[in-house]
Order: sequence, then C-alpha cells, then structure tokens
Amino acid sequence: MIQTDILIIGAGPCGLFTVFEAGLLKLRCHLIDSLPNPGGQCTEIYPKKPIYDIPAYPSILAGDLTERLMEQIAPFSPGFTLGERAEIVEKDEDGQFILTTNRGTKHRAPIIVIAAGLGCFEPRKPPIDNLSSYEDKGVEYIIKDPEFYRDKKVVISGGGDSALDWTIFLAEGVASEVTLVHRRPSFRGHPDSVQKVLDLAEAGKINLITNAEVVGVSGDANLNALEVKHKTEGMMSIDTDHWVPLFGLSPKLGPISEWNLNISKNAIEVDTFDYSTNVPGIYAIGDINTYPGKLKLILCGFHEATLMVQSAYKRIFPDKNLVLKYTTVTGKPGL
Amino acid sequence: MDDMIKVFVIDRDEKRHMLDAPTDMNMNMMELCKSYELPVEGTCGGMAMCASCHMYVQSSHDISERSEDEEDMLDEAFFVEDNSRLGCQIKLTSDLDGLEVKLAPIGE
Ligand SMILES: Cc1cc2nc3c(=O)[nH]c(=O)nc-3n(C[C@H](O)[C@H](O)[C@H](O)COP(=O)(O)OP(=O)(O)OC[C@H]3O[C@@H](n4cnc5c(N)ncnc54)[C@H](O)[C@@H]3O)c2cc1C
Ligand code: FES
Repeated sequence: MIQTDILIIGAGPCGLFTVFEAGLLKLRCHLIDSLPNPGGQCTEIYPKKPIYDIPAYPSILAGDLTERLMEQIAPFSPGFTLGERAEIVEKDEDGQFILTTNRGTKHRAPIIVIAAGLGCFEPRKPPIDNLSSYEDKGVEYIIKDPEFYRDKKVVISGGGDSALDWTIFLAEGVASEVTLVHRRPSFRGHPDSVQKVLDLAEAGKINLITNAEVVGVSGDANLNALEVKHKTEGMMSIDTDHWVPLFGLSPKLGPISEWNLNISKNAIEVDTFDYSTNVPGIYAIGDINTYPGKLKLILCGFHEATLMVQSAYKRIFPDKNLVLKYTTVTGKPGL
Repeated sequence: MDDMIKVFVIDRDEKRHMLDAPTDMNMNMMELCKSYELPVEGTCGGMAMCASCHMYVQSSHDISERSEDEEDMLDEAFFVEDNSRLGCQIKLTSDLDGLEVKLAPIGE
C-alpha cells in the first residue's frame, strides 16, 4: 500500500504543480496517471506546440513546460503510479481514502485531488455496432504482448506509427498472417516505417489493403471475420483471428463518474472557495472541474492548485495555523 | 444581417438543425456546433490535432482543400469519405451560406 498526504489523480500540468504547492506546506504527494508519461494533454496531444499564455514565458513548448514542471517539483520527490487508471475509491475505518487502480495497486491518503483533465486517454473505438461483444475475443485496442499473436492471423487498422510498427513487428516471424488496412495509400507515420511496410507488402510478407476500412465484425464466440469496405472494389470479407484497430487515443471521463461526485457536462462541480467537491476530502482542479466562469486554461489550474492545498492542509491539520510565506523567504524548496 | 449566414447541421440522430453563424468572428464549424451545444468534442481546440470534429459536407459548397495536417488527422477518424472534413478546419465565411454538414459517427 502506497501511503501519502495528497493523492493526485492525473499527472497533467495542474496535477504536477499541485506537488509544488503542497511541498511548500510540507505535504507529500503521489500521482497516478493512465498514461506512461507525465504531462497530460501537453504530452499526449501537443508536445511540440508553443503555448503563449504561461506567465513569464513569452513562448514555451508544451513538452518543455512539462519538463520544467518536473524539474520544479523534483525537490519534493513525488511518487508516481504511471500506466494505471484510478478505478475505485473507498474509505477505511480511519477516514482515509483507499484508491485502487485497474491493475490493483492500492494507495492510501487523507486527501484526494482529481486533476484528471478531460479524462483518461483511451484507445478510440470504431463505431461498429456489435464490436463490444468481441472485445478480448479477438478485438484488442492495444498490443500488450506480441507473443499473444504467435501463429495467429492478425488484421491491423490505422495509418500512424503504432499501426506501422506493429505490422512490421508481427510480420517478422510472429503472426502467421498480417494484414494492414488503411483508408488511403499514404501514411502519416515515420518515413522509414512506411517504406518498410511497403517493402513487406511488395515481398508478399503482409497483405496491404489501402483505400479501405473495416466496417463490420463477425464470428461465433470469438471473432473470425471482418467486413471491409474498399473505395473502388466494394465490400470484401477477411478471415482473421484478431483485429487491432489503432486509431489513437481520446479522453474519456471513465471511473470518476462513479465516485458519487456532482458532475455536470462531464466536469466535476466544485466550490470556488477551495475547489472542494461534494465529497469532503476530495478536491478537483484543472480542466476536470467546473464552476461559474470556469476557463480551461493551465494558468487557471495553477491558481486552483494553490488555493486547494491550503484547504487540504487545514483538513489534515485542523489545529495548526498556516502563515503564508513567500518562496523568496523560505529559500530553495525541498521537503 | 450582413455578417450572418445560415448553416445546417444534421446530428447523429438525423435531426437537422438550422444555425445562425457569424462570419466576422473568425469562427469555424467545430466552434459553431459547440456554441449551439451540438455533440462535437473539439478536444484540441481546433488545431486539427484530435479528429473529434469529423463531419461530412453534404452541400456542394466550395471549401478550401484539406491540408496535410487535416488529411493526417483524418486517419484517426472513422468512416472517412470523400466529403469528410474536420469541422475546425471549415472557416465560416459568407460564401458558405446554406452549408449543410452531417456529424460523423463516433465510437463509445
Ligand atoms: C492542442 C491544445 C492546445 C492547448 N493550448 C493551450 C494554451 O495555449 N494555453 C492554455 O492555458 N491551455 C491550453 N490547452 C489546454 C491545456 O492543455 C489544459 O488546460 C491542461 O492540459 C489541463 O491540465 P490538467 O492537469 O487539468 O489536465 P490534463 O492535461 O488533461 O491531464 C489529465 C491527466 O489525468 C489523467 N487521468 C484522467 N483520469 C484518470 C484516471 N481515472 N486514472 C489515471 N489517470 C487519469 C489523464 O491520462 C491525463 O494525463 C491546450 C490544449 C490542447 C489540447
Ligand atoms: S477540434 Fe480537434 S481536430 Fe478539430
């Protein structure tokens, strides 16, 4: 069990900055994120784009902002549980929260801060009616272990790097048959990988079907065929053991909607006094919260984090008085 | 009004909405749909970086061609057709009066 003072769900910019503000009050933090790296939207969607409205940075790349935040919070040695989704929140007999991830990792803390942004980044699922009935029965949205596909027939869909890279990997002596289906003849992935895929197709080592899209799935208990719509040749059917549609990630609110929080339009309602939710001890900051006048901006999330930790401190230490001290006075930060 | 056009949006329940759209506010179709609370996510804020604003242009309006970024991003959309566009890349201008679009299906 991981014990901390403030358990932060979401390692986007707002969750990261919370560590700093909490650290100034000598509170320890632990962050959970379903993504393998910190940074939230800044890392996942636009790492190479410049942001212009971070105070004192006339321009900073979103990826660099994440790096600077990591540097700024390093003295407070936050803990991280990455690549796991916060799933279940319970309370123990001491009134502390126990949070369990989808992989079963347990965390314990008196305070939870939800800085979950637009939600968990999850694979985009094609809008095919009976698709869910074949999930984990031949349809997978991520490849966890390539060995799983040994000597199997696999169809991959998509035009980005993950589709190309897995096609290449599985074609090299893993799967018995690999088919790549893509909507157009060109690919947005890395030029080297594109060339490799074209070479494999040329050599007959994979089936490359472009100008086409998987539009239907069928089978018995398990998937056994895909219906593919080709732009010029019409419908065709492909026999397969697996289909891996790789269409990128998109954020979903996910398990947070089941934690008895007041939610309106996919955002958690908070009191702007301290960004507390309707559940005492649980706060929400950044893109995930809503209140009259809310703006989904990094700057605003930083402000919310700062006020929120003051309130969290008073919940943990009701008898202690907090006096605001400038960082210029306290000197170099650290626990 | 001079700076207003009418556009039509068919939602995922086949309901047709008539929207008044300003042409002097540098708005795009994704933003317009959001301002009318139609179900368009617009996760990336209109930078052709999320594919959450995929729609089909059903009228014969002459819209600037898809950029390379838009073409790349459409790879992450589903059921992409020749008339597929990212709504955020359709700038609302006076020549789009009467434009009709249909929101593309999204997975669960
Ligand atoms: C293209 C683009 C451009 C932008 N430009 C600007 C700009 O110029 N200026 C500006 O201020 N803002 C900008 N923004 C918005 C800004 O990125 C967001 O306001 C900011 O990222 C919000 O930070 P956050 O920490 O609240 O959430 P996010 O950055 O969304 O991070 C939330 C994290 O929580 C994780 N998470 C959610 N649920 C769970 C769960 N149950 N378990 C585990 N992890 C979970 C997610 O995986 C994610 O990593 C832009 C956004 C985009 C997409
Ligand atoms: S809003 Fe993200 S691509 Fe259009």
